[in-house]
Amino acid sequence: MNKPALVNADNVPQAVALSERVHWIGALDPSLRTFDIILKTANGTSYNAYLVRGSAGVAVIDTVKEGFAGDFFARLESVARYDEISVIVLNHLEPDHSGALPELMRRAPQARLYISQKAQSMLKALLKQDAFDFTPVLTGDTVTLGDRTLSFLHTPYLHWPDTQCTHLIEEKILFSGDVFGCHFCDTRLFNDEVGDFRFSFEYYYAHIMRPFKTFVNTALDIIEPLLPLSKILPAHGPFLCDQPQRYVQRYRELSRSALQSEISANEKTLLIFYISSYGNTRRMAEAIYEGAMGIENVRVSLYDLEGSEISPFVDLIESADGIVFGTPTINGDAVKPVWDLLSSLAVVSMKGKLGGVFGSYGWTGEGVKMVEDRLRGLKLRVPIAGIRIKLIPTDEEMNQCREFGHELAQELLGLRQAKVIDMADLA
Amino acid sequence: MAKASITFEDINVTVSAPAGTRVIEISEKVGSAITYGCREGECGTCIMKVTEGWNNLSEPSVLEDKILRENMAGKHNRLACQAQVLGGVIRVKPV
Repeated sequence: MNKPALVNADNVPQAVALSERVHWIGALDPSLRTFDIILKTANGTSYNAYLVRGSAGVAVIDTVKEGFAGDFFARLESVARYDEISVIVLNHLEPDHSGALPELMRRAPQARLYISQKAQSMLKALLKQDAFDFTPVLTGDTVTLGDRTLSFLHTPYLHWPDTQCTHLIEEKILFSGDVFGCHFCDTRLFNDEVGDFRFSFEYYYAHIMRPFKTFVNTALDIIEPLLPLSKILPAHGPFLCDQPQRYVQRYRELSRSALQSEISANEKTLLIFYISSYGNTRRMAEAIYEGAMGIENVRVSLYDLEGSEISPFVDLIESADGIVFGTPTINGDAVKPVWDLLSSLAVVSMKGKLGGVFGSYGWTGEGVKMVEDRLRGLKLRVPIAGIRIKLIPTDEEMNQCREFGHELAQELLGLRQAKVIDMADLA
Repeated sequence: MAKASITFEDINVTVSAPAGTRVIEISEKVGSAITYGCREGECGTCIMKVTEGWNNLSEPSVLEDKILRENMAGKHNRLACQAQVLGGVIRVKPV
Protein backbone atom coordinates (compact mmCIF):
# COMPACT_ATOMS: atom_id res chain seq x y z
CA MET A 1 0.00 0.00 0.00
CA ASN A 2 1.20 3.51 -0.77
CA LYS A 3 1.39 6.18 1.86
CA PRO A 4 -2.11 7.71 2.16
CA ALA A 5 -2.44 11.25 0.78
CA LEU A 6 -2.97 13.42 3.84
CA VAL A 7 -3.04 16.68 1.87
CA ASN A 8 -4.02 17.62 -1.71
CA ALA A 9 -1.91 19.40 -4.33
CA ASP A 10 -2.65 22.73 -2.65
CA ASN A 11 -1.49 21.36 0.69
CA VAL A 12 -5.02 21.33 2.12
CA PRO A 13 -5.54 18.42 4.56
CA GLN A 14 -7.67 15.64 3.08
CA ALA A 15 -9.70 12.85 4.67
CA VAL A 16 -8.30 9.31 4.42
CA ALA A 17 -10.67 6.52 3.33
CA LEU A 18 -11.00 3.50 5.62
CA SER A 19 -13.90 2.06 3.68
CA GLU A 20 -16.31 3.46 1.13
CA ARG A 21 -18.37 5.05 3.91
CA VAL A 22 -15.81 5.64 6.65
CA HIS A 23 -13.09 8.29 6.65
CA TRP A 24 -10.39 9.44 9.03
CA ILE A 25 -10.68 13.19 9.63
CA GLY A 26 -8.20 13.51 12.52
CA ALA A 27 -4.89 15.30 12.91
CA LEU A 28 -1.23 14.43 13.46
CA ASP A 29 0.87 16.01 16.20
CA PRO A 30 4.43 14.84 15.51
CA SER A 31 6.12 17.35 17.84
CA LEU A 32 4.41 16.28 21.09
CA ARG A 33 6.86 14.70 23.56
CA THR A 34 4.94 14.64 26.83
CA PHE A 35 1.26 13.78 27.08
CA ASP A 36 -0.85 14.50 30.18
CA ILE A 37 2.34 14.96 32.28
CA ILE A 38 2.64 11.19 32.84
CA LEU A 39 3.37 9.87 29.35
CA LYS A 40 6.33 10.30 27.03
CA THR A 41 6.16 9.87 23.30
CA ALA A 42 9.20 9.67 21.07
CA ASN A 43 7.48 10.65 17.84
CA GLY A 44 4.32 12.50 18.81
CA THR A 45 0.74 11.32 18.59
CA SER A 46 -2.38 11.50 16.49
CA TYR A 47 -5.87 12.69 17.44
CA ASN A 48 -8.09 10.36 15.48
CA ALA A 49 -11.57 11.46 14.49
CA TYR A 50 -13.78 9.64 12.02
CA LEU A 51 -16.69 10.33 9.71
CA VAL A 52 -19.33 7.72 8.82
CA ARG A 53 -21.73 8.28 5.95
CA GLY A 54 -25.10 6.52 5.94
CA SER A 55 -27.96 6.76 3.45
CA ALA A 56 -29.84 9.07 5.84
CA GLY A 57 -27.19 10.99 7.69
CA VAL A 58 -23.53 11.57 8.50
CA ALA A 59 -21.90 10.92 11.86
CA VAL A 60 -18.70 12.45 13.22
CA ILE A 61 -17.01 10.30 15.85
CA ASP A 62 -14.71 12.25 18.19
CA THR A 63 -12.90 15.48 17.39
CA VAL A 64 -9.31 16.64 18.03
CA LYS A 65 -7.26 18.81 20.39
CA GLU A 66 -8.29 22.45 19.97
CA GLY A 67 -5.03 23.58 18.36
CA PHE A 68 -5.50 20.99 15.59
CA ALA A 69 -9.07 21.99 14.71
CA GLY A 70 -7.92 23.51 11.39
CA ASP A 71 -6.73 20.14 10.04
CA PHE A 72 -9.85 18.42 11.39
CA PHE A 73 -12.30 20.80 9.72
CA ALA A 74 -10.37 20.78 6.43
CA ARG A 75 -10.44 16.96 6.35
CA LEU A 76 -14.12 16.92 7.29
CA GLU A 77 -14.94 19.41 4.53
CA SER A 78 -13.14 17.21 1.98
CA VAL A 79 -15.78 14.48 2.43
CA ALA A 80 -18.96 16.09 3.85
CA ARG A 81 -20.95 19.30 4.24
CA TYR A 82 -21.76 20.55 7.73
CA ASP A 83 -25.51 20.52 7.00
CA GLU A 84 -25.30 16.76 6.31
CA ILE A 85 -24.06 15.95 9.81
CA SER A 86 -26.88 14.48 11.89
CA VAL A 87 -24.88 12.74 14.63
CA ILE A 88 -21.81 13.63 16.69
CA VAL A 89 -20.43 10.99 19.03
CA LEU A 90 -17.84 11.67 21.68
CA ASN A 91 -16.39 8.42 22.99
CA HIS A 92 -14.31 10.31 25.54
CA LEU A 93 -14.46 13.93 26.65
CA GLU A 94 -10.80 14.59 27.46
CA PRO A 95 -9.77 17.88 25.78
CA ASP A 96 -7.62 16.12 23.15
CA HIS A 97 -10.86 14.63 21.78
CA SER A 98 -13.41 17.32 22.61
CA GLY A 99 -11.28 20.37 21.68
CA ALA A 100 -13.03 21.05 18.37
CA LEU A 101 -16.53 20.14 19.61
CA PRO A 102 -17.84 23.65 20.37
CA GLU A 103 -16.86 24.89 16.91
CA LEU A 104 -18.25 21.73 15.26
CA MET A 105 -21.57 22.21 17.07
CA ARG A 106 -21.61 25.83 15.90
CA ARG A 107 -21.02 24.78 12.29
CA ALA A 108 -23.47 21.86 12.43
CA PRO A 109 -26.17 23.09 14.84
CA GLN A 110 -28.70 20.51 13.61
CA ALA A 111 -26.48 17.59 14.71
CA ARG A 112 -27.37 15.61 17.84
CA LEU A 113 -24.57 14.90 20.33
CA TYR A 114 -24.32 11.39 21.82
CA ILE A 115 -22.20 10.86 24.94
CA SER A 116 -22.09 8.25 27.70
CA GLN A 117 -24.29 8.58 30.78
CA LYS A 118 -21.26 9.34 32.90
CA ALA A 119 -20.04 12.06 30.54
CA GLN A 120 -22.94 14.39 31.28
CA SER A 121 -21.49 16.36 34.19
CA MET A 122 -18.03 16.36 32.60
CA LEU A 123 -19.33 17.93 29.41
CA LYS A 124 -20.52 20.94 31.35
CA ALA A 125 -17.33 21.21 33.40
CA LEU A 126 -15.08 20.92 30.36
CA LEU A 127 -16.86 23.14 27.90
CA LYS A 128 -18.30 25.65 30.37
CA GLN A 129 -21.41 25.91 28.25
CA ASP A 130 -24.96 24.91 29.05
CA ALA A 131 -26.24 25.38 25.53
CA PHE A 132 -25.39 21.90 24.22
CA ASP A 133 -28.24 19.50 24.05
CA PHE A 134 -27.23 15.86 24.02
CA THR A 135 -28.48 12.30 24.35
CA PRO A 136 -26.81 10.15 27.03
CA VAL A 137 -26.38 6.53 25.90
CA LEU A 138 -25.66 3.13 27.42
CA THR A 139 -24.63 -0.30 26.08
CA GLY A 140 -27.09 -1.45 23.44
CA ASP A 141 -28.43 1.99 22.55
CA THR A 142 -28.24 2.64 18.82
CA VAL A 143 -28.56 5.53 16.40
CA THR A 144 -29.35 5.07 12.75
CA LEU A 145 -27.83 6.78 9.73
CA GLY A 146 -30.18 4.94 7.33
CA ASP A 147 -28.21 1.97 6.01
CA ARG A 148 -25.57 2.36 8.71
CA THR A 149 -26.14 1.89 12.45
CA LEU A 150 -24.02 2.97 15.38
CA SER A 151 -24.33 0.94 18.57
CA PHE A 152 -22.78 2.09 21.86
CA LEU A 153 -20.78 0.09 24.39
CA HIS A 154 -20.49 1.46 27.90
CA THR A 155 -16.82 0.91 28.87
CA PRO A 156 -16.28 3.17 31.88
CA TYR A 157 -12.86 3.99 33.40
CA LEU A 158 -10.87 3.30 30.26
CA HIS A 159 -9.43 5.66 31.37
CA TRP A 160 -12.01 8.20 32.57
CA PRO A 161 -15.47 7.53 34.02
CA ASP A 162 -17.06 8.69 30.76
CA THR A 163 -15.32 6.45 28.23
CA GLN A 164 -17.35 4.42 25.73
CA CYS A 165 -16.85 2.61 22.41
CA THR A 166 -19.01 2.88 19.30
CA HIS A 167 -19.68 -0.06 16.97
CA LEU A 168 -20.56 0.45 13.33
CA ILE A 169 -22.64 -2.69 13.02
CA GLU A 170 -22.86 -3.17 9.22
CA GLU A 171 -19.09 -2.83 8.71
CA LYS A 172 -17.99 -4.52 11.94
CA ILE A 173 -15.83 -1.52 12.84
CA LEU A 174 -15.18 -0.57 16.47
CA PHE A 175 -14.40 3.06 17.23
CA SER A 176 -12.70 2.34 20.50
CA GLY A 177 -11.75 5.73 21.95
CA ASP A 178 -8.54 5.52 23.99
CA VAL A 179 -8.85 1.72 24.33
CA PHE A 180 -6.35 -0.04 22.01
CA GLY A 181 -4.76 3.35 21.31
CA CYS A 182 -1.20 4.59 21.67
CA HIS A 183 0.84 7.72 21.25
CA PHE A 184 2.58 7.04 17.97
CA CYS A 185 2.62 9.42 15.05
CA ASP A 186 3.25 8.01 11.59
CA THR A 187 1.86 9.35 8.33
CA ARG A 188 1.40 5.78 7.05
CA LEU A 189 -1.48 5.51 9.57
CA PHE A 190 -2.31 1.76 9.18
CA ASN A 191 -0.97 -0.83 11.63
CA ASP A 192 0.56 -2.98 8.89
CA GLU A 193 2.27 0.03 7.26
CA VAL A 194 3.62 2.17 10.12
CA GLY A 195 6.94 1.74 11.91
CA ASP A 196 7.22 -0.59 14.89
CA PHE A 197 4.68 0.72 17.40
CA ARG A 198 4.53 -2.31 19.73
CA PHE A 199 6.44 -0.53 22.46
CA SER A 200 4.08 2.46 22.30
CA PHE A 201 1.03 0.18 22.47
CA GLU A 202 2.33 -1.61 25.57
CA TYR A 203 3.59 1.59 27.18
CA TYR A 204 0.21 3.26 26.68
CA TYR A 205 -1.56 0.31 28.27
CA ALA A 206 0.89 0.30 31.21
CA HIS A 207 0.32 3.96 32.01
CA ILE A 208 -3.26 4.60 30.99
CA MET A 209 -5.17 1.32 31.31
CA ARG A 210 -3.26 -0.69 33.92
CA PRO A 211 -4.79 1.07 36.96
CA PHE A 212 -8.19 0.00 35.62
CA LYS A 213 -7.52 -3.68 34.85
CA THR A 214 -10.84 -4.80 36.33
CA PHE A 215 -12.66 -2.37 34.05
CA VAL A 216 -10.56 -3.51 31.07
CA ASN A 217 -11.70 -7.09 31.67
CA THR A 218 -15.34 -5.98 31.99
CA ALA A 219 -15.05 -3.99 28.75
CA LEU A 220 -13.44 -6.95 26.95
CA ASP A 221 -16.41 -9.07 28.01
CA ILE A 222 -18.64 -6.92 25.81
CA ILE A 223 -16.08 -6.27 23.05
CA GLU A 224 -15.01 -9.90 22.44
CA PRO A 225 -18.51 -11.01 21.33
CA LEU A 226 -18.19 -8.50 18.48
CA LEU A 227 -15.21 -10.41 17.04
CA PRO A 228 -14.32 -10.87 14.27
CA LEU A 229 -14.14 -7.12 13.73
CA SER A 230 -12.96 -5.77 10.39
CA LYS A 231 -11.20 -2.83 12.01
CA ILE A 232 -10.54 -1.27 15.39
CA LEU A 233 -10.17 2.48 15.04
CA PRO A 234 -8.76 4.01 18.23
CA ALA A 235 -8.59 7.69 19.16
CA HIS A 236 -4.76 7.74 19.14
CA GLY A 237 -2.18 5.91 17.05
CA PRO A 238 -2.37 3.51 14.11
CA PHE A 239 -5.64 2.13 12.71
CA LEU A 240 -5.84 -1.54 13.67
CA CYS A 241 -7.03 -2.96 10.37
CA ASP A 242 -4.69 -5.95 10.09
CA GLN A 243 -5.70 -8.68 12.56
CA PRO A 244 -7.50 -6.38 15.01
CA GLN A 245 -8.34 -9.35 17.23
CA ARG A 246 -4.66 -9.63 18.21
CA TYR A 247 -4.90 -6.31 20.01
CA VAL A 248 -8.03 -7.45 21.85
CA GLN A 249 -6.19 -10.63 22.88
CA ARG A 250 -3.18 -8.61 24.02
CA TYR A 251 -5.38 -6.44 26.24
CA ARG A 252 -6.75 -9.61 27.81
CA GLU A 253 -3.21 -10.89 28.43
CA LEU A 254 -2.05 -7.59 29.88
CA SER A 255 -5.00 -7.51 32.25
CA ARG A 256 -4.02 -10.84 33.82
CA SER A 257 -1.13 -11.41 36.21
CA ALA A 258 2.20 -11.67 34.39
CA LEU A 259 3.61 -14.80 36.00
CA GLN A 260 1.52 -17.60 37.43
CA SER A 261 1.59 -17.01 41.16
CA GLU A 262 2.70 -19.81 43.46
CA ILE A 263 0.32 -18.55 46.09
CA SER A 264 -2.70 -20.81 46.51
CA ALA A 265 -6.24 -19.49 46.44
CA ASN A 266 -6.80 -19.68 50.19
CA GLU A 267 -3.56 -17.84 51.02
CA LYS A 268 -3.10 -14.10 51.45
CA THR A 269 0.11 -12.22 50.67
CA LEU A 270 1.74 -9.66 52.91
CA LEU A 271 4.75 -7.64 51.73
CA ILE A 272 6.98 -5.83 54.18
CA PHE A 273 9.17 -3.06 52.74
CA TYR A 274 11.69 -1.21 54.85
CA ILE A 275 14.69 1.04 54.68
CA SER A 276 17.01 1.61 57.58
CA SER A 277 20.02 3.80 58.31
CA TYR A 278 21.33 2.31 61.59
CA GLY A 279 19.51 -1.02 61.53
CA ASN A 280 16.72 -0.10 63.95
CA THR A 281 13.89 0.02 61.41
CA ARG A 282 15.38 -3.16 59.87
CA ARG A 283 15.19 -4.97 63.22
CA MET A 284 11.59 -3.85 63.58
CA ALA A 285 10.87 -5.16 60.07
CA GLU A 286 12.37 -8.54 60.92
CA ALA A 287 10.29 -8.81 64.09
CA ILE A 288 7.09 -7.91 62.21
CA TYR A 289 8.02 -10.51 59.58
CA GLU A 290 8.52 -13.10 62.31
CA GLY A 291 5.20 -12.21 63.94
CA ALA A 292 3.28 -12.44 60.67
CA MET A 293 4.93 -15.77 59.78
CA GLY A 294 3.26 -17.30 62.82
CA ILE A 295 -0.11 -17.19 61.06
CA GLU A 296 -0.91 -19.99 58.66
CA ASN A 297 -2.17 -19.15 55.17
CA VAL A 298 -0.42 -15.80 55.01
CA ARG A 299 2.59 -15.72 52.67
CA VAL A 300 4.91 -13.03 54.02
CA SER A 301 7.81 -11.43 52.12
CA LEU A 302 10.45 -9.02 53.40
CA TYR A 303 12.20 -6.50 51.14
CA ASP A 304 14.88 -3.87 51.71
CA LEU A 305 13.98 -0.87 49.54
CA GLU A 306 17.67 -0.30 48.91
CA GLY A 307 17.88 -3.60 47.08
CA SER A 308 15.80 -2.90 43.98
CA GLU A 309 14.57 -0.44 41.40
CA ILE A 310 11.01 0.75 41.97
CA SER A 311 9.22 -0.91 39.07
CA PRO A 312 9.51 -4.59 40.20
CA PHE A 313 8.17 -3.54 43.60
CA VAL A 314 5.19 -1.89 41.91
CA ASP A 315 4.50 -5.21 40.14
CA LEU A 316 4.68 -7.08 43.45
CA ILE A 317 2.40 -4.62 45.20
CA GLU A 318 -0.19 -4.81 42.43
CA SER A 319 -0.95 -8.43 43.23
CA ALA A 320 -0.42 -8.32 47.01
CA ASP A 321 -3.19 -8.35 49.62
CA GLY A 322 -1.31 -6.38 52.27
CA ILE A 323 1.62 -3.95 52.28
CA VAL A 324 3.65 -2.74 55.24
CA PHE A 325 6.18 0.08 55.07
CA GLY A 326 9.04 0.67 57.47
CA THR A 327 10.52 4.14 57.37
CA PRO A 328 12.80 6.04 59.70
CA THR A 329 11.90 9.70 60.27
CA ILE A 330 14.61 12.07 59.15
CA ASN A 331 14.15 15.83 59.57
CA GLY A 332 10.46 15.40 60.28
CA ASP A 333 9.66 13.35 57.21
CA ALA A 334 9.54 9.79 55.93
CA VAL A 335 12.55 9.09 53.72
CA LYS A 336 12.70 9.64 49.96
CA PRO A 337 12.95 5.97 48.81
CA VAL A 338 9.64 5.32 50.60
CA TRP A 339 7.96 8.35 49.00
CA ASP A 340 9.42 7.38 45.62
CA LEU A 341 7.71 3.99 45.79
CA LEU A 342 4.49 5.47 47.17
CA SER A 343 4.35 8.02 44.37
CA SER A 344 4.74 5.27 41.76
CA LEU A 345 1.61 3.36 42.73
CA ALA A 346 -0.86 5.43 40.71
CA VAL A 347 -0.44 2.94 37.85
CA VAL A 348 -1.91 0.04 39.82
CA SER A 349 -5.16 -0.45 41.66
CA MET A 350 -4.61 -0.19 45.42
CA LYS A 351 -8.17 0.01 46.64
CA GLY A 352 -9.02 -2.13 49.63
CA LYS A 353 -5.55 -3.60 50.23
CA LEU A 354 -4.38 -3.79 53.83
CA GLY A 355 -1.74 -1.23 54.84
CA GLY A 356 0.51 -0.77 57.84
CA VAL A 357 3.47 1.42 58.79
CA PHE A 358 6.30 1.32 61.32
CA GLY A 359 9.63 2.96 61.91
CA SER A 360 12.34 4.03 64.28
CA TYR A 361 13.02 7.71 64.91
CA GLY A 362 15.35 9.97 66.82
CA TRP A 363 13.34 13.05 67.73
CA THR A 364 9.68 13.11 66.76
CA GLY A 365 8.76 10.26 64.40
CA GLU A 366 6.22 11.98 62.13
CA GLY A 367 7.12 9.74 59.18
CA VAL A 368 4.88 6.86 60.27
CA LYS A 369 1.73 8.97 60.46
CA MET A 370 2.55 10.68 57.14
CA VAL A 371 2.88 7.35 55.35
CA GLU A 372 -0.32 6.07 56.98
CA ASP A 373 -2.17 9.09 55.60
CA ARG A 374 -0.70 8.48 52.18
CA LEU A 375 -1.85 4.84 52.29
CA ARG A 376 -5.37 5.98 53.17
CA GLY A 377 -5.16 8.45 50.29
CA LEU A 378 -4.37 5.49 48.03
CA LYS A 379 -7.55 3.87 49.38
CA LEU A 380 -5.85 1.20 51.48
CA ARG A 381 -7.35 0.07 54.77
CA VAL A 382 -5.13 0.97 57.72
CA PRO A 383 -6.93 -0.68 60.63
CA ILE A 384 -3.97 -1.14 62.97
CA ALA A 385 -2.18 1.96 64.23
CA GLY A 386 1.47 2.08 63.18
CA ILE A 387 4.40 1.56 65.54
CA ARG A 388 6.97 4.27 66.20
CA ILE A 389 9.99 3.38 68.30
CA LYS A 390 12.52 5.87 69.59
CA LEU A 391 15.98 4.83 68.34
CA ILE A 392 16.98 1.29 69.36
CA PRO A 393 14.04 -1.03 70.06
CA THR A 394 14.00 -2.71 73.48
CA ASP A 395 13.07 -6.40 73.90
CA GLU A 396 9.59 -5.33 74.88
CA GLU A 397 9.30 -3.11 71.82
CA MET A 398 10.50 -5.97 69.63
CA ASN A 399 7.64 -8.05 71.04
CA GLN A 400 5.30 -5.20 70.17
CA CYS A 401 6.55 -5.45 66.58
CA ARG A 402 5.98 -9.22 66.53
CA GLU A 403 2.45 -8.62 67.79
CA PHE A 404 1.92 -5.95 65.08
CA GLY A 405 2.96 -8.48 62.40
CA HIS A 406 0.75 -11.13 63.96
CA GLU A 407 -2.25 -8.79 64.01
CA LEU A 408 -1.70 -7.66 60.41
CA ALA A 409 -1.63 -11.28 59.26
CA GLN A 410 -4.78 -12.04 61.25
CA GLU A 411 -6.50 -9.01 59.77
CA LEU A 412 -5.69 -10.28 56.27
CA LEU A 413 -7.54 -13.49 57.02
CA GLY A 414 -10.41 -11.67 58.74
CA LEU A 415 -9.52 -13.28 62.07
CA ARG A 416 -9.20 -10.12 64.15
CA GLN A 417 -11.94 -9.38 66.62
CA ALA A 418 -14.16 -6.45 65.70
CA LYS A 419 -13.41 -3.49 67.92
CA VAL A 420 -16.11 -1.55 69.77
CA ILE A 421 -15.16 1.84 71.21
CA ASP A 422 -16.98 4.62 72.98
CA MET A 423 -16.39 8.04 71.44
CA ALA A 424 -15.58 9.41 74.89
CA ASP A 425 -12.59 7.03 75.11
CA LEU A 426 -11.05 8.30 71.88
CA ALA A 427 -8.29 10.83 72.32
CA MET B 1 -27.83 11.71 75.53
CA ALA B 2 -28.95 9.69 72.48
CA LYS B 3 -26.16 7.67 70.97
CA ALA B 4 -25.55 6.09 67.60
CA SER B 5 -23.44 3.06 66.82
CA ILE B 6 -21.40 3.57 63.68
CA THR B 7 -19.22 0.85 62.15
CA PHE B 8 -16.37 1.64 59.76
CA GLU B 9 -16.30 -1.53 57.70
CA ASP B 10 -12.81 -1.01 56.26
CA ILE B 11 -11.20 -1.27 59.67
CA ASN B 12 -13.96 -3.23 61.43
CA VAL B 13 -14.28 -0.69 64.23
CA THR B 14 -17.59 0.29 65.81
CA VAL B 15 -17.90 3.53 67.74
CA SER B 16 -20.68 4.59 70.03
CA ALA B 17 -21.04 8.34 69.45
CA PRO B 18 -23.43 11.06 70.64
CA ALA B 19 -26.24 12.03 68.25
CA GLY B 20 -25.25 15.04 66.19
CA THR B 21 -21.58 14.03 65.76
CA ARG B 22 -20.34 14.35 62.18
CA VAL B 23 -18.90 11.17 60.67
CA ILE B 24 -15.63 12.99 59.93
CA GLU B 25 -14.99 13.57 63.63
CA ILE B 26 -15.29 9.87 64.37
CA SER B 27 -13.58 8.44 61.29
CA GLU B 28 -10.45 10.54 61.69
CA LYS B 29 -10.07 9.46 65.30
CA VAL B 30 -10.27 5.76 64.52
CA GLY B 31 -8.27 5.95 61.25
CA SER B 32 -10.82 4.80 58.70
CA ALA B 33 -9.61 5.18 55.11
CA ILE B 34 -12.29 7.75 54.27
CA THR B 35 -10.11 10.64 53.10
CA TYR B 36 -10.84 14.34 53.39
CA GLY B 37 -10.11 17.40 51.28
CA CYS B 38 -11.84 20.69 52.03
CA ARG B 39 -13.76 19.30 55.03
CA GLU B 40 -16.54 21.76 54.25
CA GLY B 41 -18.76 19.82 51.85
CA GLU B 42 -17.45 21.39 48.68
CA CYS B 43 -14.81 19.10 47.17
CA GLY B 44 -16.43 15.65 47.32
CA THR B 45 -13.21 13.90 48.44
CA CYS B 46 -14.89 12.26 51.45
CA ILE B 47 -17.67 10.45 49.62
CA MET B 48 -18.44 7.29 51.58
CA LYS B 49 -20.82 4.41 51.07
CA VAL B 50 -23.56 3.90 53.64
CA THR B 51 -24.23 0.16 53.75
CA GLU B 52 -26.73 0.26 56.60
CA GLY B 53 -28.73 2.86 58.53
CA TRP B 54 -29.19 5.52 55.82
CA ASN B 55 -32.08 6.99 57.82
CA ASN B 56 -29.95 7.15 60.95
CA LEU B 57 -27.90 9.94 59.37
CA SER B 58 -29.00 13.57 59.02
CA GLU B 59 -30.67 14.46 55.70
CA PRO B 60 -28.25 15.70 53.01
CA SER B 61 -28.43 19.46 52.45
CA VAL B 62 -29.11 21.00 49.03
CA LEU B 63 -25.37 21.76 48.75
CA GLU B 64 -24.40 18.18 49.63
CA ASP B 65 -26.87 16.81 47.08
CA LYS B 66 -25.33 19.06 44.44
CA ILE B 67 -21.78 17.93 45.24
CA LEU B 68 -22.84 14.28 45.24
CA ARG B 69 -24.46 14.70 41.83
CA GLU B 70 -21.46 16.51 40.39
CA ASN B 71 -19.18 13.72 41.57
CA MET B 72 -21.41 11.07 40.04
CA ALA B 73 -21.98 9.52 43.45
CA GLY B 74 -24.06 6.38 43.75
CA LYS B 75 -27.39 6.38 45.53
CA HIS B 76 -26.01 5.06 48.82
CA ASN B 77 -23.26 7.67 49.03
CA ARG B 78 -22.91 10.58 51.44
CA LEU B 79 -20.22 13.12 52.31
CA ALA B 80 -18.58 12.06 55.56
CA CYS B 81 -17.78 15.66 56.46
CA GLN B 82 -21.47 16.62 56.31
CA ALA B 83 -23.45 13.60 57.52
CA GLN B 84 -24.25 13.56 61.25
CA VAL B 85 -25.15 10.42 63.17
CA LEU B 86 -28.63 10.59 64.69
CA GLY B 87 -28.96 7.26 66.52
CA GLY B 88 -29.41 3.54 65.87
CA VAL B 89 -27.00 1.43 63.85
CA ILE B 90 -25.01 2.79 60.91
CA ARG B 91 -22.41 1.06 58.76
CA VAL B 92 -20.14 2.95 56.35
CA LYS B 93 -17.05 2.35 54.24
CA PRO B 94 -14.79 4.34 51.90
CA VAL B 95 -15.81 4.25 48.23
